[in-house]
Amino acid sequence: MTTITVTVNGTPYTRTVEPRTLLVHFLREQLNLTGTHIGCDTSQCGACVVHINGESVKSCTTLAIQCDGATITTIEGLAQNGQLHPLQEGFWEKHGLQCGFCTPGMIMAAADLLQQNPDPTDDEIRHGLEGNLCRCTGYENIVRAVRYAADKINTVAAD
Amino acid sequence: MIPSAFEYHAPTSVAEAISLLGQHGDEAKILAGGHSLLPAMKLGLAAPGVLIDITKIAELRGVVINGNVNIGSLTTWAAIAQHEGLRRVLPVLGEAVSQIGDLQVRNRGTLGGALAHADPAADAPALTLALDAAIRVHGPKGERTIAAVDFFTDMLSTALEPDELLTAIIFRPLGAGEGAAYVKFPHPATRYAIVGVAAYIKLNGTHVSACRIGVTGAGAKAERQNDVEQAMLGGDGGDEALATASLRAGEGMDILGDIHASEDYRRAMVKVYTKRALAAAVARARG
Repeated sequence: MTTITVTVNGTPYTRTVEPRTLLVHFLREQLNLTGTHIGCDTSQCGACVVHINGESVKSCTTLAIQCDGATITTIEGLAQNGQLHPLQEGFWEKHGLQCGFCTPGMIMAAADLLQQNPDPTDDEIRHGLEGNLCRCTGYENIVRAVRYAADKINTVAAD
Repeated sequence: MIPSAFEYHAPTSVAEAISLLGQHGDEAKILAGGHSLLPAMKLGLAAPGVLIDITKIAELRGVVINGNVNIGSLTTWAAIAQHEGLRRVLPVLGEAVSQIGDLQVRNRGTLGGALAHADPAADAPALTLALDAAIRVHGPKGERTIAAVDFFTDMLSTALEPDELLTAIIFRPLGAGEGAAYVKFPHPATRYAIVGVAAYIKLNGTHVSACRIGVTGAGAKAERQNDVEQAMLGGDGGDEALATASLRAGEGMDILGDIHASEDYRRAMVKVYTKRALAAAVARARG
């Protein structure tokens, strides 16, 4: 067992982990942050996406021990002071989900996409979300939700 | 959790990593981006007793353009795709690595890791073959450089010795009259290449004076296409020349079939994608 310290959604946590503990299990089982989901477990579906030091990664394909000293943001860390993040609002307004299982990963991946490309075209949104699978429905409303968030963020920035 | 336990080390220098490799021998695996190794460990396909995590070795990360293009083995796909200098001197790299996996895979996966792993459907091996890259490795006896054409020896096998660490990949920037391209037919879920082809062309006036092709995804390992390359030499790189030369793609290659694409289909796609890659490389060489 090794002791690691990570800052998750602004709160520092010091915990002991086995080297073989995956980050997603650490978040869900040791920190009780169950918003991050486990979908395929083979690094393809994107349900487990979180940000490590600002970059989106699949937490099912990262060891917790590698994150010692890192700053992590999960879906629980996006809303600020009770205000939904524009992406969360977009998924709500545009019906970007049905069962919601893929949504935390979709939103975290989309947040990274918008950091890199604040005004993406629909094609760029689709390309940016190719690591996230939704099995309920199509991706139309997900693309609209990301478009909504981009417009909202850009409008606020312009004001 | 990964089914079998392992010992974990995170060295901060190349020398320390090599010393750990020496101590643990065959039991140890190097962990870089982890996007091939960790999935294999989760599925029980690999169960190393010791993991040597090299991601804390800062000297292995980054791109230096200084006559040659020197890319540290730990440089991620995302860092390569976003590098301004690389976009100028070797744009084919960004074009190719942007097609790897997805954004999250590109944020973690590394060039050195992909080459050392030598997945038969990985994109980077084909690129290193077409661009005639040199692969630098460090071991207990010092450093040596291996030409890409000598590096890939079989499925998941390379010329790396068990006590050596891949530290850098060296490319030559392309100049006037040179062009390169990478095209692939991706698996729709994984984005691995069902067939991927990298092509390099050099023109002397209007005639092809050098040509190299690397094919991935089709066989046990990425391979050059010597017959096609020979057929291109001296030609004008026009439609007819491309059609004739690319018909020879895959000749003499041991092409594999699986549930995603049969051997015959892959063989046909090797020809199609070789022609497309050559056409794009010729167009770029013409400027």
